[in-house]
Amino acid sequence: MTAETMEAPLVAAPTATPPHPLREFWGYFSANRGAVAGLFVIVGVVLVALLADVLAPHSPYLTDTKIALKPPFWQEGGSITYPLGTDAIGRDILSRLIYGSRLSLLIGVIVISISIVVGTVLGLVAGFARGVTEIFIMRLMDIVLTMPSLLLAIVVVAVLGPGLVNSMLAVALVILPHYVRLARAAVITETSKDYVTAARVSGAGNLRLMFKEVLPNCTAPLIVQASLGISTAILDAAALGFLGLGAQPPSPEWGTMLADAREFVLRAWWVVTFPGLAILITVLAFNLLGDGLRDALDPKLKR
Amino acid sequence: MLRFILTRVSLVIPTFIGITLLAFFLIRLVPGDPIETMAGERGIDAARHEQLKKDFGLDKPLIIQYGYYIERVLHGDLGKSIVTRESVLSEFQTLFPATVELAVCAILFALFLGIPAGILAAVRRNSIFDHGVMGISLTGYSMPIFWWGLILILVVSVQLGWTPVSGRIDVLYYIEPVTGFLLIDSFFSEDEGAFMSALGHLILPTIVLGTQPLATIARMTRSAMLEVLGEDYIRTAKAKGLSRFRVIGLHALRNALIPVVTVIGLQVGVLFTGAILTETIFSWPGIGKWLIEAIFRRDYPVLQGGLLLVGVIVMSVNLIVDLTYGLINPRIRHNR
Amino acid sequence: MALLEIENLSVEFPTQGGIMRAVDDVSLKLDVGEVLGVVGESGSGKSVTMLALMGLIPFPGRVKAKKLSFNGRDLLTMSDRERRKLTGKDVAMIFQEPTTSLNPCFTVGFQLTETLRLHEGMDRKAARRRAIELLEQVGIPSAESRLTAYPHQLSGGMNQRVMIAMAIACNPKLLIADEPTTALDVTIQAQILDLLMTLQKERNMALVMITHNMGVVAETAKRVMVMYAGQIMEERSAADLFASPQHPYTAALLAALPERSEGSRLATIPGVVPGLYDRPRGCLFSPRCAYATEHSRNVRPELRPWAGGHVRCHYPLGDPNRNANMNADHPLGTEAAS
Ligand SMILES: Nc1ncnc2c1ncn2[C@@H]1O[C@H](COP(=O)(O)OP(=O)(O)OP(=O)(O)O)[C@@H](O)[C@H]1O
Ligand SMILES: [Mg+2]
Repeated sequence: MTAETMEAPLVAAPTATPPHPLREFWGYFSANRGAVAGLFVIVGVVLVALLADVLAPHSPYLTDTKIALKPPFWQEGGSITYPLGTDAIGRDILSRLIYGSRLSLLIGVIVISISIVVGTVLGLVAGFARGVTEIFIMRLMDIVLTMPSLLLAIVVVAVLGPGLVNSMLAVALVILPHYVRLARAAVITETSKDYVTAARVSGAGNLRLMFKEVLPNCTAPLIVQASLGISTAILDAAALGFLGLGAQPPSPEWGTMLADAREFVLRAWWVVTFPGLAILITVLAFNLLGDGLRDALDPKLKR
Repeated sequence: MLRFILTRVSLVIPTFIGITLLAFFLIRLVPGDPIETMAGERGIDAARHEQLKKDFGLDKPLIIQYGYYIERVLHGDLGKSIVTRESVLSEFQTLFPATVELAVCAILFALFLGIPAGILAAVRRNSIFDHGVMGISLTGYSMPIFWWGLILILVVSVQLGWTPVSGRIDVLYYIEPVTGFLLIDSFFSEDEGAFMSALGHLILPTIVLGTQPLATIARMTRSAMLEVLGEDYIRTAKAKGLSRFRVIGLHALRNALIPVVTVIGLQVGVLFTGAILTETIFSWPGIGKWLIEAIFRRDYPVLQGGLLLVGVIVMSVNLIVDLTYGLINPRIRHNR
Repeated sequence: MALLEIENLSVEFPTQGGIMRAVDDVSLKLDVGEVLGVVGESGSGKSVTMLALMGLIPFPGRVKAKKLSFNGRDLLTMSDRERRKLTGKDVAMIFQEPTTSLNPCFTVGFQLTETLRLHEGMDRKAARRRAIELLEQVGIPSAESRLTAYPHQLSGGMNQRVMIAMAIACNPKLLIADEPTTALDVTIQAQILDLLMTLQKERNMALVMITHNMGVVAETAKRVMVMYAGQIMEERSAADLFASPQHPYTAALLAALPERSEGSRLATIPGVVPGLYDRPRGCLFSPRCAYATEHSRNVRPELRPWAGGHVRCHYPLGDPNRNANMNADHPLGTEAAS
């Protein structure tokens, strides 16, 4: 903002051509170092999950009370056989974390898939049907949004019973409203545009419109919301696991591991630290990715 | 303005009905016999079963039952805990101040750190400070707070011994509940030790519960501020020759706070979610811990009543924030 | 001595696609009480030039200049604090969009007295009295009651009057009006222009009138500066410029006026102002110029003294050797080397 005297002749502006949209997207995305880091971490976690059988040094369920609460290898009494130590009943923490990544990713992907499919359908229906149907759906979503998410999830689990599958359903319900709103908003903006009117005039039915015209146009925000939603799903499912309402022991789900570890917080820091760190890093990676995608896809912020 | 208030108030009515329906059906959907669920008696004989069925009005059609339920709710009768046999409402009333105390401290913590951090980050956009604030707040936003609480206990309480591990106040002290807010009650008890103890017990839970709101508020303040700083009226303010401090602290902030207030309102739900976890970790005798225990004891009347009360409270706070939004935004205050 | 002197001013904005030069080598002198019209199509850098003068180029824009002085004081070496004492007091600016240029959260009275209290050191009472006076001067009826109004409660024309009142509050020596009437109804436009011209004469302010509208220029300005793609293309007295435009771009602007009727906006010249990606190597106007040659496409002309003003063209319309030069495609004078 401050003026300065001219020292050197100003360079002529470059004569370049505008880049291809996909390249442009990658340009914006890769300029965001956080997003790239997030992507790398996610790829890493996916690889770990896929190769869990190869990577894990031990079975995640194998107990051995003789080696209970062994510290990580760099601490006195630790050994490289159990790099991150063992838990209260002698299970290898690293192996459990590695297998746990499968569960967390699975939770994220399944929850998001349910939410996206159900949410988009509800949103499309609300957007196209309007009237009473729309009011009913949207009011219902308002209620879901009003209730504290974990309380609602707990209530669902109370009805369905604790467990991994039920906790996933609970979380899917809790994050549903975002997708409903998104899809409905997309329908409403798209249907007011000319080409949809044109398609209507040429006799395309609502169903065809939904899938051929509207859906492709809301994929970008859906992708962003999905990435951010996976992080919420992993976090909420872990919270349910921690409360003893999600995946049940001896499942190596990270939240459940923390629930088991709680009572050893004073004696064995490693049983508490590593599962939480795994959750934090994974969730952070998805949030970084989501932020990066949003910035790269949102034309408003381009400049 | 009156019309604005009336529309907003009328908008929450369906939400209220929805919450009552949710609470009403909860107890009927839980697996097992609803009568035994409600009475908390198991393996009862047929006569007692019939008696209870009459008592609860379960022999009537659903819609009538719902009508009875609403009537009872409006009279403040939320049923009895099957474990303690206490009225759900009175249990709620004794525990609620603890949760409010924690939540208020957490939101104040989030506001006092989050708003200045967000403003500075926006003003020094792309600086190291900005990247730092954004990085930390995204981490806070991604934080599994149940783990965060354990780590803080591990480091601050166990390793450093600075704060107590759990509870609201040391067992040495007995403070007569007047307001129910221990910080206030102990302050007026003229026992300095009690006050310091209450304060010490609050620190970690406040940080843990405040982490996510802090992250959200800092991010929101920053983006609202960035948007406002690009507005024409900021250029006008600068063109008047006003100092940077006045342009940012008065002209920009006043406008940027409008969306931030909405976000603060939305934090009530987040705070409650967090309170469930935080209270569990720190054995904080509040609503969150009460509800979790209710689940494990299959104390469904408590869960039902708690769900209803929490839902109504969150809804009301959202409504109040919505109305405040109208108050601080002159465009709404004068139109309509 | 001139009131305002700008020499070789450039403003650049770094963007994802490269460096956007919004103002390119602009020089300008303005005397006390003089009215200068600045015209050019959208995006030609009119606003950015004046914002640079006000010190209001937004981040991450960069301002460079050989000289930037106002009333004998060097704006380039002045501290920010000193400069703020000038802006809003001796140099004031009003903007195109009156409604968004006023802060929606504060009353008109607050925004108006703020300037007075800052620059004139008035107390609350005095500032209030003066504010009422100012609002009356700019023709706002029942001025006193308007003090407590918020901008959204007033019409666009009223808001622009408030903006003008704010700008003239401290008796500026130079007022910059950036398309002050574009966002307003036609009838209101005339009123606001009249108001500005009356105030200019009463106070003998220098006035820079930025506009798209040649009619407005003809009505108000003594001297006209025509900008294109960040550069000055022609700068001469209004009478001369309208009688015999020297730059093909000026001529095209004038020809685009239907019968040169006043009040109509610039009509179309084929093509668009070059953006970041299609900035020509030679004369910036050459892709749209009817008289472009190989030479003018490759070599950028300099702004040179011509016909009582300045023009940036290889073949000014009034040049007696014009045809010969164009045909021979001779490189011109000082630029032979470049
Ligand atoms: N903050 C900015 N960042 C990047 N480019 C900018 C910025 N502000 C202005 N520009 C560019 O500078 C160029 C000149 O803009 P300017 O606003 O001065 O044009 P103008 O002549 O005032 O046009 P109009 O008649 O539309 O007001 C435009 O191409 C614009 O895109
Ligand atoms: Mg402009």
